[in-house]
Amino acid sequence: MLQKPKERVIRMDLNKVRKYGIFIALIILVIFFSVSTDAFLTPGNLINIARQSSMLGIAAVGMAFVLLLGGIDLSIGSQISLVNIIGAWLMAKAGMNPVFAILISLTVSTSIGFMNGWIIANIKMPPLIVTLASLTILEGLAFIISGGVPIFGFPESFSIIGQGYVSFVPVPVIIMIVIMFIGAFILNKTYFGRYFYAVGGNEEASELSGINVKRVKYLVYTLSGLFAGIAGIVMLSRTNSGQAIAGKGFELDVLTAVVLGGVSITGGYGKINNVVAGVLIMGVLSNGMVLMNINTYYQLVIKGLVLMLAVGFDSYQRFVVASN
Amino acid sequence: MDDNIILQLRNITKTYPGVTALDNVSLNVQKGEVHALVGENGAGKSTLIKTCTGAISPNEGEIIVEGKEFSEMNPKLSEENGISVIYQEFNLVGELSVAENIFLGNAIRNGIVIDRKKMIEESQKIFDQLNIDINPKTLVKNLTVGYQQIVEIAKALSKNAKILIMDEPSAPLTKSELKHLFKIVDQLKEKGVTIIYISHRLDEVFRLADRVTVLRDGEKIKTLDTAKTDVDELITLMVGRELKEAFPARENKIEDDILLEVNHLTGNGVYDCSFNVKKGEVLGFGGLIGAGRTELAELIFGFANIESGEIIYKGEKIMPQSPKEAIDYGIALLPEDRKQQGALLDIDVKGNISMAILEKISSYSVVDQKQEKEISSDYRKKINIKTPSLEQKVKNLSGGNQQKVVIAKWLAVNPDLIILDEPTRGIDVGAKFEIYKLINQLVAEGKTIILISSEMEELIGMSDRIMVLAEGEITGMLEKEEFSQERILDYASKTERESD
Repeated sequence: MLQKPKERVIRMDLNKVRKYGIFIALIILVIFFSVSTDAFLTPGNLINIARQSSMLGIAAVGMAFVLLLGGIDLSIGSQISLVNIIGAWLMAKAGMNPVFAILISLTVSTSIGFMNGWIIANIKMPPLIVTLASLTILEGLAFIISGGVPIFGFPESFSIIGQGYVSFVPVPVIIMIVIMFIGAFILNKTYFGRYFYAVGGNEEASELSGINVKRVKYLVYTLSGLFAGIAGIVMLSRTNSGQAIAGKGFELDVLTAVVLGGVSITGGYGKINNVVAGVLIMGVLSNGMVLMNINTYYQLVIKGLVLMLAVGFDSYQRFVVASN
Repeated sequence: MDDNIILQLRNITKTYPGVTALDNVSLNVQKGEVHALVGENGAGKSTLIKTCTGAISPNEGEIIVEGKEFSEMNPKLSEENGISVIYQEFNLVGELSVAENIFLGNAIRNGIVIDRKKMIEESQKIFDQLNIDINPKTLVKNLTVGYQQIVEIAKALSKNAKILIMDEPSAPLTKSELKHLFKIVDQLKEKGVTIIYISHRLDEVFRLADRVTVLRDGEKIKTLDTAKTDVDELITLMVGRELKEAFPARENKIEDDILLEVNHLTGNGVYDCSFNVKKGEVLGFGGLIGAGRTELAELIFGFANIESGEIIYKGEKIMPQSPKEAIDYGIALLPEDRKQQGALLDIDVKGNISMAILEKISSYSVVDQKQEKEISSDYRKKINIKTPSLEQKVKNLSGGNQQKVVIAKWLAVNPDLIILDEPTRGIDVGAKFEIYKLINQLVAEGKTIILISSEMEELIGMSDRIMVLAEGEITGMLEKEEFSQERILDYASKTERESD
């Protein structure tokens, strides 16, 4: 009997850490880099961080949906690469109008997302394997289309998406904010957003409540594809050259950001505003490490540790709650 | 002290918060006898076995095996003392061979190398003793359930089991497999193995057992010689208690219209079921665990595939392919497993109550949160859900209140037919009574209810008619004036096998 209040304290603290810890971590990181480097805390650099984070932020909304559902989408990086190559090819080689090129590219990534969702829902293959297979297939396709060489030479107007500004705000940051707003809107206001939580929390109970679980899965993976596609277009416009390795490994950064943002890897729990913080941490970390001249190889080690820490905290928290 | 007693349980008491599972139970098992353990669901049979094997520790009491006294058992000790259990769920690895399974965790080794040949020989010896023809090299997954059970028995014998406890061994078996089982039990007895045999089927008890002990509500009622008793006496002892007045009175408004008619429905382990429910009626589904009541409900609710037969609902033939379709017809199902199937534990009270109507209260996909709040607040008051706030996560509520939240979810849909599968399982008496009142209120409003319950009193106290199932088939339909626990139990343990 005496032990009970104690356990509750631990649980409450963990919940608080989950809620606010990410913001505290962000602030600590910002302070750390501000003190360690002169270049960090300047308006130019902060805008730079926001712009660098934008692709991550856009793709993170889709990944957050997928994780909420209890799944995972490893194909995000390859989708970005493929969209990169298709968009580049359509504009540079086929001379297509950027608007149509963008629409076709997004249609492709959205369809791929739908296919992932369809296979996961109907064939009941584990999402990890389905999207891992997609990752490999799409990467191969990107190389086949590009022949392994960069594609460039796009119309001037296309560069606005990745490089333009509205007053002092970069266009990609605006796109990210809009996507994040849409993501939060879906989760908080729409019925299907609620279904993401329900299905992620308990699939059987959801189905018995009359939710069409398969349709929810289609929708989530489709949206993940769409958002990955948008991130791919932003990246293409920013770098001005289509590369088959453009998104290689990107899914792991996205995953880290989303899990840092407190979305549970087993589904059912998470909020978009915390994901924003997770994305910013990743952005600040990458930027700060570059400014501090940390070797790229060490950067990889640090990013890996951050992922392990984030997932470790999520698992530990669930373990403590479960053993309660 | 009688030398002939191999296992003695003395004053065993086991309590869980709010429940006494075993109340001062004492039991003597004689060497070499087949001792049957009978009682209704929840009488404490499984708990008693688990104390023998050390799977749970009793609060009080001793276990004495061959004169050695233990105040606490553990699985290792019990195995060392020759106690083995064949559970209903087998502990076999399908991808391994029969011999490997028999010696699993106990492998015969030659240094660090497993001596496969020896294990096969030893397995063969055991099967020879039992006069059973199983190839020890066969993979277990390729065996039928009956043979898998024999492998389990062989596994117990390989550990030199002196006391073999069999928990409902006949439940998964076909008629011919059952004959095999009887033969094996006879042979084990000849070999001097003591057997504790748990079964719902009283005919088996009389066929196999020397003595039988009746448990009821966690108490030992009596131990009898099977030669000196009969089925009727056993049933009376098993049921025993009088119906307490725990059920609120109800104004009956059963109409002549038939709301649901089911004809020759087959699928999901249910065979050729035909029945009907009238509007405003409470139809009880009685039967033992695994009798097919839940499975039948799942067919009606579109949660399982119908192989053949038809469902006529409000005069029209329907074929619900998913719960969603069934809900659209106005059918609701409160599932058996509240935590796994009913409540969404990580979602708040409000979100749970509105879950099945979200699309209806949304315009352009946006949920009308004001309406959602009003509806859930209404039900919170109406059925008295005790929660600090509507934003509380359901996992933080008590069992009874969780169940009320799930009920509220279904009431919000405004269904005409509500199937309640074990609606009061694991909830306290006060909340139970409230659910009974709610059932009455619902039928008074013209709703129709199918009530699946393993609690006899509840079934008899709440139903207008009771349909009894056994092994996926309907074995009896009782009108109100015919209700009695004896009759329900009689139908529930009725099987086709009895006829031969």
